[in-house]
Amino acid sequence: MTLLAIAAAILISMMLALVRAMLGPSVFDRILAVNSFGTKTVLLIALLATLAGRADYLDIALLYALLNFIGTVALLRYSESLHRRAGQAPTREAI
Amino acid sequence: MKHTVSLSLFLALLWWVLSGYPKPLLLGLGAVTVIFTVWLAHRLDVIDHESHPIHFSWPLLRFWTRLLVEIARSSIQVLGQILRGQSAIQPKFLHVKTQQHSALGRVILGNAITLTPGTVTVLTNGGEFVVHALSKESAKSVEDGELDALIPQDVEGERV
Amino acid sequence: MSGLESTGSTTADLIAGALMALGALLVLLGSIGINRFPHFYSRLHAAGVIDTLASGVFLLGVGVFFGVGLVSVKLLLIFVFLLFTSPTACHALARAAFISGLRDDSRRADANTSEAIITKADNA
Repeated sequence: MTLLAIAAAILISMMLALVRAMLGPSVFDRILAVNSFGTKTVLLIALLATLAGRADYLDIALLYALLNFIGTVALLRYSESLHRRAGQAPTREAI
Repeated sequence: MKHTVSLSLFLALLWWVLSGYPKPLLLGLGAVTVIFTVWLAHRLDVIDHESHPIHFSWPLLRFWTRLLVEIARSSIQVLGQILRGQSAIQPKFLHVKTQQHSALGRVILGNAITLTPGTVTVLTNGGEFVVHALSKESAKSVEDGELDALIPQDVEGERV
Repeated sequence: MSGLESTGSTTADLIAGALMALGALLVLLGSIGINRFPHFYSRLHAAGVIDTLASGVFLLGVGVFFGVGLVSVKLLLIFVFLLFTSPTACHALARAAFISGLRDDSRRADANTSEAIITKADNA
């Protein structure tokens, strides 16, 4: 019962992060939401490990934490290089 | 040389913790991986005291413990503000001067400020930080330099 | 080893369940904060709570469930990794947003004084 509530709480949080990713309004709000979604995925996999009673799942959680970080930094570098190519900092409306 | 040996030992330990199987094949693959990684690190010339700190100091341990307490305290503060909503927060940008003179000291401080919920280091320029604070209380704790004073003064690093 | 659902409720399992429930509640509150706070920079702080306190409490609960051993080192590794990457990602995000010209609308005047610092940093 408790585990069902925990799983529900994390899944609802992931949904809330997706809502923020869709609403934006700036590209940085979306990147923040995706990063936060990734952290919740790590916790969900840790929860799955306890549900299945298998510690091996934690390796996947660790890997996911790594990929999430690299993904976020890659996205940010991409958005920074876009701004640099545009020559000047865009206004808020442009984002 | 000291750092190379310590890095190899650390990587071998990491392999053992993540794998946990004492089979010859897996241990052999681990040895190959460790040697390859250390070789890569050598080629990149990143093995020094800054990327791989092996000195241990009690003040640094005390700093980390205090930081964890600080994180818990300000997390609870931010949670209260989330529950009370928009009326509870006064977000603003601040300019803070740090008393850290080494590059490493400044990195530790910037990271510590970002790690505590309620404050984020936005920009750094020399000894000056631009910090975004969520509320008056979190702004005050940064302006008072609580974390700045906690950082042990004996951190190694290039003086700037 | 069997899962949490099938084991009898020993004291350790109860503590593990309570810690994980508390962690999940904190994650939920943080997510509400991400949607409730008005501007991008305020939302960063709400996400910071999820990365530090919430995941710390949750992983501590998972650690209590699995007991002391190689698994607890692995969990500690996940937590330390989150603790190291979270401020890096957070700072990179804030910096990129600030440089691209995104400001806290309510405090435009304060933000304008920061332009001087960017210019100084660019000239250096």
